[in-house]
Amino acid sequence: MLKNRIIPCLDVKNGRVVKGINFVDLKDAGDPVEQAKIYSDGGADEICFLDITASNENRDTIYDVVEKTSKKCFVPLTVGGGVRSVDDINKLLNCGADKVSINTAAVQNSEVVVDSSKKFGSQCIVVAIDAKKNEDRWEIFTHGGRNNTGINAIEFAKKMEDSGAGELLVTSMDRDGTQVGYDIDLMFKISSKVNIPVIASGGVGNLDHLVDGIKLGNASAVLAASIFHYGKYSVKEAKEYLNSKGIPVRI
Amino acid sequence: MKVTIVDYNSGNISSVINSFKEVARDKVNIEVTSDLNKIKSSDKVVLPGQGSFKSCVDALNNINGLVDTLNEFAITNKKPLLGICVGLQMFADIGYEETETKGLGWISGKVSKIDNKNGKYKLPHIGWNQINIVKESKIYKNIENNSHMYFVHSYEFIPKDKTVISATIDYSSKIVCSVEKENIFGTQFHPEKSDKIGLKIINNFINL
Repeated sequence: MLKNRIIPCLDVKNGRVVKGINFVDLKDAGDPVEQAKIYSDGGADEICFLDITASNENRDTIYDVVEKTSKKCFVPLTVGGGVRSVDDINKLLNCGADKVSINTAAVQNSEVVVDSSKKFGSQCIVVAIDAKKNEDRWEIFTHGGRNNTGINAIEFAKKMEDSGAGELLVTSMDRDGTQVGYDIDLMFKISSKVNIPVIASGGVGNLDHLVDGIKLGNASAVLAASIFHYGKYSVKEAKEYLNSKGIPVRI
Repeated sequence: MKVTIVDYNSGNISSVINSFKEVARDKVNIEVTSDLNKIKSSDKVVLPGQGSFKSCVDALNNINGLVDTLNEFAITNKKPLLGICVGLQMFADIGYEETETKGLGWISGKVSKIDNKNGKYKLPHIGWNQINIVKESKIYKNIENNSHMYFVHSYEFIPKDKTVISATIDYSSKIVCSVEKENIFGTQFHPEKSDKIGLKIINNFINL
């Protein structure tokens, strides 16, 4: 039986973890390689890096981070943030990323998704959808949630599947950072619309939210950041909890 | 001992290289190349593969003499070869991804799209699934039945001779997840991404 996945996400800025695990025995709390290793040793099914480096001159720092991490972590590694072109994707894959997530660039020009999935295979192309509710529909936001495009998120999700995306990483901008739980309606609507796996993101505050994302939102995988970072829950605890609720996980 | 990972522009092979180097440490020499002489002089060969069946077969054929060299290595000289993901699928006679494409024909059978039961099952089949070991295979030495492996694929290998199947998984139907035919080994899952247990399988192959 295919298991539901738990994916811890690390925000990386200028090659350093911004929000990270606050463990006392960490030699270097800002080192993304060490933190990724802790997660993979703890049973994370995948690791996700979100590069939030703002300035162009420091963009290359992510390549070094990915290269070092892929030599130490032997679970899938997804990298996103600032990915603009087929060339960017190529560079990240060559450094050892297994999947690359594309956000703004996919909205601006879906050919990036078409071209990259043809070139590297759909299995490594994740489209990240940042959506916000506007009355009875959800609209796509780009540039880290700053720009409203007015594009219907559900329709866009279908378009990305048709363009060759292998997975969708769906983040509710309304819920992100609130810790009140995923936007279940959004997850369910997108997951029902497409035949590719959906990763739920944005808003996790406790372990029941993970359960809801899978059971009610129909997500194949759940992504979370802060509940793992500050040691509130370990990945292992999360998996044991999901298991106790009848959700198949890798233990 | 020299193990060669065939680099034939089949997409991303960094993770395969990293995992084999991690397991080999300094004891085994890991080469990453498409140089025919280096492949010939290897003790073992790894054939990775990402992207579509067609794109991988095309990439193999694009390197002059590579298919002949692999045939000589695996079929004539019967030296150990491990195919991973599309690397395994290419053992088949024929694949139907994108368009009908001839495979290496080492293990008779075809590669078809997984039946998703009218959308009931998501494709690609991405994530961790438990393998059901159906015959003793050297690469599963000290690997427990029902171990979790990492998969990402939409197509499945259907061999004619079912005795080559060494493990299956349950998804929309029973899917072949590994084969062993004499010196030829193949895994549909990615041992290089299957955590410690995946590294153990790589170690088993290196130590054959």
